[in-house]
Amino acid sequence: MSMGLLVDTTRCIGCGACSSACKEQNKLPGPVEEVTTAYTWTTVQPREGVNVRRLCMHCEVPTCVSVCPVGALQKTPEGPVVYDAKKCMGCRYCMMACPFDVPKYQWDRPVPVVGKCIMCTSRVKEGKPTACAEACPVEATVFGKRDDLIWEARTRLRKEPEKYVNHVYGLTEAGGTSVLMVSSVPFDKLGLKSNLPSEPPAMRTWQVLSNIPDFVGVWAVFLYGVHWITARREVVAKVEHHGNGRNGQGGRS
Amino acid sequence: MNTPLVRTQRRFRPGFWTAVFAVLVVAFCVVTFLRFSRGLGAVTHLSDSFPWGLWIGFDLLCGVGLAAGAFTLTAIVHLFNLKRFEPIVRPTILTGFLGYAFVILALLFDLGQPWRIWHAIIYWNPHSVMFEVAWCVMLYTTVLAVEFSPVVFERFGWHAPARFIHGLITPLVILGVILSTLHQSSLGSLYLIVPSKLHPLWYSPMLPLHFFISAIGAGIGMVILESYLSRRAFHRHLEMDLLEPLARGMVVALGIYGLLRLESIHRNGSFASILAFGYEGRMFLLEFTIGVILPVVLMSFRRLRTHPDWLVGSAFLAVLGFVANRLNVSITGMERAAGVRYIPSGMEIIVSVALVAMGMAVFAFAVRFFDIFPEGAVQSASRPPERIPGSLPESV
Repeated sequence: MSMGLLVDTTRCIGCGACSSACKEQNKLPGPVEEVTTAYTWTTVQPREGVNVRRLCMHCEVPTCVSVCPVGALQKTPEGPVVYDAKKCMGCRYCMMACPFDVPKYQWDRPVPVVGKCIMCTSRVKEGKPTACAEACPVEATVFGKRDDLIWEARTRLRKEPEKYVNHVYGLTEAGGTSVLMVSSVPFDKLGLKSNLPSEPPAMRTWQVLSNIPDFVGVWAVFLYGVHWITARREVVAKVEHHGNGRNGQGGRS
Repeated sequence: MNTPLVRTQRRFRPGFWTAVFAVLVVAFCVVTFLRFSRGLGAVTHLSDSFPWGLWIGFDLLCGVGLAAGAFTLTAIVHLFNLKRFEPIVRPTILTGFLGYAFVILALLFDLGQPWRIWHAIIYWNPHSVMFEVAWCVMLYTTVLAVEFSPVVFERFGWHAPARFIHGLITPLVILGVILSTLHQSSLGSLYLIVPSKLHPLWYSPMLPLHFFISAIGAGIGMVILESYLSRRAFHRHLEMDLLEPLARGMVVALGIYGLLRLESIHRNGSFASILAFGYEGRMFLLEFTIGVILPVVLMSFRRLRTHPDWLVGSAFLAVLGFVANRLNVSITGMERAAGVRYIPSGMEIIVSVALVAMGMAVFAFAVRFFDIFPEGAVQSASRPPERIPGSLPESV
């Protein structure tokens, strides 16, 4: 029962109700900013004649979850990628690694934490839509099961192929995301990265990390073997030197 | 025992460098106060677009990398049984330990909430490279401290614990080599996760191997530099019979590394971006020329390898090139994707430089107090501060 959001730039009127609702729901200080920050988790940007929302994409296999050394970021079965500020030590590897540049930091605070959209996880768990989806007056952001939203997005593209770019953003990007977008303008012109591989980036490091136990075993045996051979050589050399008449060739291997 | 001329020179220099050191420490204290009272934004040029800067690129990546001489040399002496290198093991282990202490101190500045640095011990995420690095750094710093502890025990005449540690040296060294292999390469693995952000001149699935082999090369370079510095303290000639074969090892490591780098660039189809001579291309050429081509070519000639000046100069180039590489991976190569230029703030630089200087001061103190060199503790007459001059800031 993985939930998600479908954002349609052709419907968005840029009223900013989603951003305001988000501020209120998550008790974020300050006014809505033009870019997402630790205090503005979603915002609407005018680009190429349309309005595009910025928010966490809530990856199916999130890079941030894989890189966090203390497991402060987690993917919930309901879909949201959530953040536990109590565990976070502030290494900011999530910010570095996120293919969508989503997590932001409280640079102005002496005790800072990461800020990012958490898809109103408490509301979603109660079966309610996210605050942004509920606030949207024109259904430019709709909340629902990810599978239903994919079907809905494809239906829109099929019914009005001349209106939409024939791509559902988030279907495969970085392994797929819970937030999906359809648009009349190519996504790279909206500031959404189009060079993302369909394999989750997390797999690249797991291929290395999962080999560590085997590697440690083989490397330890090899290193001890080297030590054994060189130490043995020394013993043999001593015997050859002192014990005249004994042939050390056999022990040399 | 010294000529009067040399003595006059010495009376002047420690004063100057002590003053520089004092100013640095004061500036460091001010920045420390600002960092912890006002937050990272007040002292660094880090931002949401560029979350990792100098403290990761130089302090963490270079601090760990240049301490690689410790595991390389302990492996040579204790596993490969080349006992003749034993005289330079102790200073190398000390430098390694100080290098790791430097890294941990720098992390206390860089982490948003450093008082939670121990969280990696209780909250596990084995899928995270950072988690692996945290554990390896923690364990290897402990290993280095234990490897060095006999020196401390001997100083106070505690022979029983010193003998005990000596008896454990083989498993300790093996553990140290394994941990080092893991996290030296893992610092490269940190960047495996950003294929869409790191410039193709540096990104490669082979990054872990690149980091590991280049650390061995530059780590050996550091050992040569250290020997040079300690020889200066004793006014003796360089032990060329030890350093010349080390330089050969450096050529092999850097040579293999250079070929691997070229192969990766070829596979990424990025030779064009070198020829285009843009920002990334120029930075790559700088790094590759001073860090790989020059040291490998120069040290391939026996005549130059056996000449102290050329040997030390080449080792210095290898270390400089290594630093340039790590800064390129962590900063230059990430700037295009971030869409911003990152230049560290003066306060970021002060912290990095002050930590290096403190590491050198501790080293200078340790060589006088403990038997680090085969000649025993450095006498106060031959002043170690002479070796502090900023010409070699990387030697922590």
